[in-house]
Amino acid sequence: MNRTKGDEEEYWNSSKFKAFTFDDEDDELSQLKESKRAVNSLRDFVADDDDDELERVSWSGEPVGSISWSIKETAGHSGSTQEGREQLKNQSRNSFSSYAQLPKPSSTYSLSSFFRGRTRPGSFQSLSDALSDTPSKSYAPELGRPKGEYRDYSNDWSVSDTVRRLRKGKVCSLERFRSLQDKLQLLEEAENMHDGNVITAVLIFLKRTLSKEILFRELEVRQVALRHLIHFLKEIGDQKLLIDLFRFLDRTEELALSHYREHLNIQDPEKRKEFLKTCISLPFSAEDSAHIQDHYTLLERQIIIEANDRHLESAGQTEIFRKHPRKASILNMPLVTTLFYSCFYHYTEAEGTFSSPINLKKTFKIPDKQYVLTALAARAKLRAWHDVDALFTTKNWLGYTKKRAPIGFHRVVEILHKNSAPVQILQEYVNLVEDVDTKLNLATKFKCHDVVIDTYRDLKDRQQLLAYRSKVDKGSAEEEKIDAILSSSQIRWKN
Amino acid sequence: MAFPHRPDAPELPDFSMLKRLARDQLIYLLEQLPGKKDLFIEPDLMSPLDRIASVSILKQHEVDKLYKVENKPVLSTNEQLCFLVRPRIKNMRYIANLVNADKSAGRTRKYKVIFSPQKFYACEMVLEEEGIYGDVSCDEWAFSLLPLDVDLLSMELPEFFRDYFLEGDQRWINTVAQALHLLSTLYGPFPNSYGIGRCAKMSYELWRTLEEEEESETKSRRPEIGHIFLLDRGKKRLRELPNRPPSALQGSVDFGPEVTSSEKSLKVLLNADDKVFSEIRNEHFSNVFGFLSQKARNLQAQYDRRRGMDIKQMKNFVSQELKGLKQEHRLLSLHIGACESIMKKKTKQDFQELIKTEHALLEGFNIRESTSYIEEHIDRQVSPIESLRLMCLLSITENGLIPKDYRSLKTQYLQSYGPEHLLTFSNLRGAGLLTEQAPGDTLTAVESKVSKLVTDKAAGKITDAFSSLAKRSNFRAISKKLNLIPRVDGEYDLKVPRDMAYVFSGAYVPLSCRIIEQVLERRSWQGLEEVVRLLNCSECAFTDTTKEDRASSESLRLILVVFLGGCTFSEISALRFLGREKGYRFIFLTTAVTNSARLMEAMSEVKT
Repeated sequence: MNRTKGDEEEYWNSSKFKAFTFDDEDDELSQLKESKRAVNSLRDFVADDDDDELERVSWSGEPVGSISWSIKETAGHSGSTQEGREQLKNQSRNSFSSYAQLPKPSSTYSLSSFFRGRTRPGSFQSLSDALSDTPSKSYAPELGRPKGEYRDYSNDWSVSDTVRRLRKGKVCSLERFRSLQDKLQLLEEAENMHDGNVITAVLIFLKRTLSKEILFRELEVRQVALRHLIHFLKEIGDQKLLIDLFRFLDRTEELALSHYREHLNIQDPEKRKEFLKTCISLPFSAEDSAHIQDHYTLLERQIIIEANDRHLESAGQTEIFRKHPRKASILNMPLVTTLFYSCFYHYTEAEGTFSSPINLKKTFKIPDKQYVLTALAARAKLRAWHDVDALFTTKNWLGYTKKRAPIGFHRVVEILHKNSAPVQILQEYVNLVEDVDTKLNLATKFKCHDVVIDTYRDLKDRQQLLAYRSKVDKGSAEEEKIDAILSSSQIRWKN
Repeated sequence: MAFPHRPDAPELPDFSMLKRLARDQLIYLLEQLPGKKDLFIEPDLMSPLDRIASVSILKQHEVDKLYKVENKPVLSTNEQLCFLVRPRIKNMRYIANLVNADKSAGRTRKYKVIFSPQKFYACEMVLEEEGIYGDVSCDEWAFSLLPLDVDLLSMELPEFFRDYFLEGDQRWINTVAQALHLLSTLYGPFPNSYGIGRCAKMSYELWRTLEEEEESETKSRRPEIGHIFLLDRGKKRLRELPNRPPSALQGSVDFGPEVTSSEKSLKVLLNADDKVFSEIRNEHFSNVFGFLSQKARNLQAQYDRRRGMDIKQMKNFVSQELKGLKQEHRLLSLHIGACESIMKKKTKQDFQELIKTEHALLEGFNIRESTSYIEEHIDRQVSPIESLRLMCLLSITENGLIPKDYRSLKTQYLQSYGPEHLLTFSNLRGAGLLTEQAPGDTLTAVESKVSKLVTDKAAGKITDAFSSLAKRSNFRAISKKLNLIPRVDGEYDLKVPRDMAYVFSGAYVPLSCRIIEQVLERRSWQGLEEVVRLLNCSECAFTDTTKEDRASSESLRLILVVFLGGCTFSEISALRFLGREKGYRFIFLTTAVTNSARLMEAMSEVKT
């Protein structure tokens, strides 16, 4: 940890590279650090009785006493919480007074219009202390309990009155709308009102009282209502009717997707695989069909690999599994993750096996770039530098070897560094970066002294080399090397 | 600090009343189930609830234990259970399972469901189907406006976006209309209304209906807020997809150990109550350092004064100033820690490259390079949400992806993040966020008519010319028309922001903010017809101004902006800036505070 921090500082102090918008002359980070020092220096003075100032925070980060905190507490002890209850009792005792002192609701604003027609005298007794100065104003929402009193037994509401009552959340019988014309009028009125909840309420009624065919036929020409029905069916999970609807509307792709979505609810891998198999023949676009096929093949593979590897791992005979026990099952992982896994555990396997990386690459037509990136990450993680080397070595027809990377060597360097490759290895790849500025940047960042020194020498940049000398350790081999170069009479410095 | 409000800027109305109102309603509802009860709370409602009530208030009204609504067996032994939930089907199933399990165990309890902000008929239907309608009593807690800050009201309904813009469900429109109705009841009518978008128009119409039904009282009040502006995140509307070089921290932030310099992490609510924060929040990030360092020096100086004090002075100091200084000290060290951690993130990995790519996309150059950057992003399995966001940005700025790119990016995405994201892609296409350019599809009727008039041979050429024209995306046309990407000579000085583009480091003015600016200037959509057409909103841009003599000049500079589908902190900062420039004050009402990542998550089928 300390090392990275040091590195970063080094990077900031030494780099000419300026971060986006941080173009101020004086380095803002150091300014920030200074502020931090100043504030921290005050800490001793402040710290004595600071506890009461700080919000008390539970381990999970919520302020103690907050509702989210309290819920975790209940979940935690769930059984006997004598102590907790005691504590809470105290809390409520403490806060009672503070609640009593709450600012009284301002009475200049009338809310009665808000709840007009919903309040009855006498319903506020329990709140009387909290709302002491609002004798005639009610802040109360409509109650569920006396719903019956609002229930409307009269059957004379017009279409528009019915819809308005529905919008207000009142129970309202729709049973008297029996003719198709009435039903459609009801729907139309709901649509004109724009309230989706009312539209859905009417649709629930229509779904119950109309045959599927008639319902579908009428909705086909009413797009707004149709979308509400589709969403409603999705939400309540009426997959069957939804599929029928899509079939009726001839929306084949939505039908296919909707069926495919179901697989997310199947946990058992074998069953999921079988389900995916049924998806292959669905009317997807050509492109998506291929994706579905791949999904099926991938899961099929993963099931085989998983069974095999679990066996190998528990047998304890295979070195790689002993050294690096698997952290999770490979089932339902993305293809790239699977490839990484197979590069990690099955790198050397012959192409014929299902778990070999080459086989995966071929089966799923993984592009070179993707393959190299993943293999590199996996082999670097294992610190198999030899494999890394082989990954980029190509032979030309004369038998000379050459290094080539489809992803650019600067990326290679970054990935190697992330996997804490030793400097010698990093150095080799930093040297392969073509762009000189990028190369210098990377070399400085990752402390590849030789590369930096050699590059400045090649650039004949004496000033930079001198500047770099002050950054390497006193008496180190690097310093010696710089001195040797600086005193060399063979170089014609440009500055 | 750097930009105070103009002295003539109007005062904001006091929104704390909304909190009190919501709390009193909740208490009232809890009292409807007298006696001890356990309360089950929907996770999404926990943090809003925390801001208006405390555990002790709940306890006071005989709430015994608190549980989270989640898929776990219920351990409660209480005789009365109360559920505080959003109106969702899965919550109904959860409650139904619980009640039916009790029934089959021969146990009788009392159940109450409190829906917030309202109940839906679909929920009641499920209760009925599950055979528990009548066993549970249902109530509504119309808590739909949570003041997050002095000028920011949130409905805390992130699902609004997906429900309306993806599924086409208008269920929340009534909720919005009710919220507006509440505001006009409390703060008087709004004399001037403007809006754009179909959803905005519907919300406005339903709200007007509500107002007319209960006209008398509202109308007689003197207006406090002069203008209301509704806008929705319609299909063609550019959402705030660019990453925001954080101008500051906003909202509620989880500070990890590296920030608090203690072992615990801390959840901090950031709003105008935090004195340090209120001064830095609208600053561009690059300004914050200087400010904090100044603060630190001041603080040091104030502490230093205690040297050389005599006893009496010292006593004075301790009794009067020390507490404030300590408080400031605490806040300051918190914010410095936060800045440090943001700096680390910004300088790490490829933040620079990312920003460069985003700017290139916005300005429309180096499309190839950007595409291959996105590709690499995907290949390396860097954040799936980030990859999606970049693809959407490319699609919106280029009017869809070239089919070849679309296919290859999609394939690689599925390979990197999982095949089930096929569904995510279908959602994004449905919402118009990530589409494929269809050749020929982009021709307008007029253009194809023209090409029919000329001879076949020439037609080919003309069609080509037209399609290349049409390919120049709407986004570019709008961006040019509204000057969203300011031409800057030399460096953009972020310390002295010139325009709203400062929230994106001078690179881009949020479209929504520019539209609001333009409409307010004109007091109508006049002269913006072309923009409205490009936004595909010709039928749903509206103005409604009433002659209101009682409106004070102060109130006419107070503007309520309603974002349907969410707004970002960039938009808020940009409009606050505009307000300072013009002497307005903006009040923001949003269905949820969001950012591009959250929008992408809403579209993602696979919940992580």
